[in-house]
Amino acid sequence: MANSFHIVVCASVVPDPLQTLEPVTGPNGPGLKNEMMLPAVLDPWAASALYEAANLAAANPGSKVWLVSLGPKAKVQQVMMTVAQKVPFELVVVDGPLGGFTDAHSTASALAEAIVVIPGLDRQKLLLFGGWESASRGAGATLQIVGERLGITDQFQGVDEIKVSEDGSFEVLERVEGGKHQVSVCAGTPAVLGWATGSLPEPRNSPQVGMANMRGIMPALQKAKNVKLEANGLSYVSVSLPKQQRETRVVKDAAEDEIAREIVQWIAE
Amino acid sequence: MEKLLVLTYVDESGAALTRASLESVAAGVEMARALGASLAIGVVGAQGAAAAQQLGGVNARVLAVAGEDFAQARYASDAAACEALVRAAEATLVFAPASSRFARVMPGVAYRLGGFVDTHITSVAKGEGLEASRWFYRQRVEAVVRRETRPWFLLLEAGTHEAWAASGSAPEVETIAVSLPALRTNVSGIRAPKQDEQTIRPDAKILLVAGAGWTKKQADGQVHAAEAETLILGFLKAADASLGSSKSLVDQSGENQAVLKFMTHMNQIGQTGATPRHPKGLSTCCHGEEPHVVGWRFINERRAISLDPNCGWARGKADVLYVADAFKVMAKVNALLAEK
Repeated sequence: MANSFHIVVCASVVPDPLQTLEPVTGPNGPGLKNEMMLPAVLDPWAASALYEAANLAAANPGSKVWLVSLGPKAKVQQVMMTVAQKVPFELVVVDGPLGGFTDAHSTASALAEAIVVIPGLDRQKLLLFGGWESASRGAGATLQIVGERLGITDQFQGVDEIKVSEDGSFEVLERVEGGKHQVSVCAGTPAVLGWATGSLPEPRNSPQVGMANMRGIMPALQKAKNVKLEANGLSYVSVSLPKQQRETRVVKDAAEDEIAREIVQWIAE
Repeated sequence: MEKLLVLTYVDESGAALTRASLESVAAGVEMARALGASLAIGVVGAQGAAAAQQLGGVNARVLAVAGEDFAQARYASDAAACEALVRAAEATLVFAPASSRFARVMPGVAYRLGGFVDTHITSVAKGEGLEASRWFYRQRVEAVVRRETRPWFLLLEAGTHEAWAASGSAPEVETIAVSLPALRTNVSGIRAPKQDEQTIRPDAKILLVAGAGWTKKQADGQVHAAEAETLILGFLKAADASLGSSKSLVDQSGENQAVLKFMTHMNQIGQTGATPRHPKGLSTCCHGEEPHVVGWRFINERRAISLDPNCGWARGKADVLYVADAFKVMAKVNALLAEK
């Protein structure tokens, strides 16, 4: 029997990981200096989730992928110029604040509200995908709360693989401690999968895919509902960069034997 | 008065609490005393009451769930168990280890109970009430947070507290009944590399960080990937070390470049990888700037071998930088370790 899935991928936009970050505190709490000016990318682990979603949808005809992203519309639009060329999806935008200092519960609430009103979404066929943590807040909490809000109690985090059987059940590999994977078998949808790296490389840009996606992206941006994220009692006592500068002793022109002896002695200490 | 509950769980043996659980217990005991809070400990496992023997000497109410359904690390049963324990304890503060098992469920449990969760907590302290430290932007920005709302769930990072050491008689254990939903997921096992192929060892005293330089052309104009594999695996075995990798090196496996066969994304440390905790770290053939270096932020003593004396991985980040050829140095290191 053929399976078809309705896959919703939650993915935020985050500063490009290579950017230098400097925290600042403003009237609305902490943020990053020149946050809106920093080049942004789709959150890396959520991007893995998107590629896995597209791969799964392609292998199961009748499936569909939605990408739900919360962030400032202008920033989401900027990132979509690249992401839209990778894999087919329909975009849903929630216009809200950028940054890692917002509360995961508020973010989850806004995402869940956006998901339940997606036209044509069959929640019995739902696979809720996302990264197992973001590269901004890094809490690893949002997806589980969205799942709970949608009434989904089969949830998996740190996922590297999903294998679907003909009967609609699927096997999931989740990262656990010590470089191992826990293997679980779930009876079927709906389920939540927070992805780690997965196994797929970043797809090449496809102008055809980009053209098809772009037809829906501008209307999605125009329709984006603006949300204000509540702090839920969360406050920041301090926000700072770590003081990690070390006095590095540079050993030049030493023989390999001498260096090796020093390293072995250090290991033994 | 705050009511602090520490949630713990039983390890694969079925008879003992995990080390991360015992670390959370120690943190809970300390903070309950500092805050003047009452303390309870909840145990999840098939035979939680038996494992609670390890809580000897703790002055706390001990609650446990029991039954084979709780032997598996599964969202539906774990969430139901934790929810029942928090309700029974009427907790306002909940500590739990930030392990894969509890990180999977605790945000959902917090939501069910109308509470809020903060994760990856590296320290807790009494300031104006409870204050918790955690990292943002992949270990690049550190913050101290407070919550006015309750219940407040905090997932504590492993390795940030000493484990609770039992002393005195075992506590009495109250068994808490749990109403389980239909269970649609079955955990069928753990998939791990063979013992002699396992390169990730969280308890290792030293982390070897391998960079993409291992698979680049060397002075003779050739790539020496096979030799690199031998040297790295030789060191891991001789020093009982754990292996971390830069993103660029693990990504090569998907790009048809020379690869180290044992290297996977599980080894990746840094921005989109792990940030392991080990007493010592030795980086080899790594290069890059500050954002990549978060991978060894929690390594206490750091040394690096690099041909570039100005390498961003090492300058200002390592205690010692050896400007040398890692192939030659590691061959000598392995030989010396083999003699011991």
